[in-house]
Amino acid sequence: MSGSDLVMYEEEFGKIDEELQRLYIQTNAKVVFLVDKNGQLIASAGETHDIDTTSLASLTAGNIAATGGIARLLGEKEFTILFHEGEKDNIHISLIGQRIILVVIFDSRSSLGLVRLRVKKVSEALTRIFNDIAAKSEREKSEGKIDESPFAEISDEDIDNLFR
Amino acid sequence: MSFINYSSREINCKIVYYGPGLCGKTTNLQYVYRKTNPDQKGKLISLATETERTLFFDFLPLALGDIKGFKVRFHLYTVPGQVFYAASRKLILKGVDGVVFVADSQIERMEANMESLDDLKINLAEQGYDLDKLPYTVQFNKRDLPNVAPVENMNKLLNPRNIPCFEAVAVTGPGVFETLKNVAKQVLVELKKHY
Ligand SMILES: Nc1nc2c(ncn2[C@@H]2O[C@H](COP(=O)(O)OP(=O)(O)OP(=O)(O)O)[C@@H](O)[C@H]2O)c(=O)[nH]1
Ligand SMILES: [Mg+2]
Repeated sequence: MSGSDLVMYEEEFGKIDEELQRLYIQTNAKVVFLVDKNGQLIASAGETHDIDTTSLASLTAGNIAATGGIARLLGEKEFTILFHEGEKDNIHISLIGQRIILVVIFDSRSSLGLVRLRVKKVSEALTRIFNDIAAKSEREKSEGKIDESPFAEISDEDIDNLFR
Repeated sequence: MSFINYSSREINCKIVYYGPGLCGKTTNLQYVYRKTNPDQKGKLISLATETERTLFFDFLPLALGDIKGFKVRFHLYTVPGQVFYAASRKLILKGVDGVVFVADSQIERMEANMESLDDLKINLAEQGYDLDKLPYTVQFNKRDLPNVAPVENMNKLLNPRNIPCFEAVAVTGPGVFETLKNVAKQVLVELKKHY
């Protein structure tokens, strides 16, 4: 397995959540969420109850992956912003750093200009937080903190129980 | 590349079903979907052509239960098997934690199986993965058909390392959960090594 598993800690999760809540309020969006490039939902804010965020996360990552593939064919590094306009709802997708995707879904109560502006601001903050997480996770690995991990003691029985 | 969230106490792992066109990858996911409790699964998303061939991927999120207070989720993906979707296959392998290779047991599909397995190894290598080191399970599907190759022969061609392999009939179910369970187990054991 590659050594780059994403690990999320309580403290940083709180900070991320704060940033997303702020973005949600400032942009007047319907929903904002963060997905990792492999399609796993990291955090969300807003009216998430009537949206299937798991599916949305996976499809967004697929979308970014496909456009990333197109970019490389064209000799571009990556398209960092995607925007889809619908009749009522619009979706703004942007890459943060190299591995996180920020998604903002908004309607006429907001505007593309506002979303763009706020996304740019929050991107910087989020980049810092994710860098911290990466550093922390490296540190914990090298300090051998992994001994305390809940997974060290997974038994065959635990695993079998999942499939009852 | 699993995602461990200490805040929401969740582990997410990605499992990819690989194999030649029409070998039954999508059928595997459809069967798992049908047989899983509603509270343990999300929507099965299929990005397919009008003729039901996978165009980009199928996706099925499963939440099977808890381990040590962590909710364990598996995200199952299939790749499009048709040769000309090579670029899409590469994208879907990104961040994979475990691979199921679904082989079509029909004699006339042996060459397609071998080509697909080579393709898998190449695509994994491009991303710095080694199939020999990844949680990996082989499934010999379509065992219900009359013109199938003997398991022994298929093992020689497709499974020289003799890793776990399962005979299956994905349309009706035999072997489907055995395959999934085996790869999931390997993924969790791998996780245990690293964390
Ligand atoms: N007889 C029989 N037919 C099967 C079995 N599994 C799948 N099929 C059939 O094979 C055909 C192709 O199955 P899919 O699951 O769509 O194949 P796929 O591997 O997803 O194909 P691509 O999306 O093109 O890569 C369908 O008509 C299935 O019903 C099996 O075990 N036995
Ligand atoms: Mg398919």
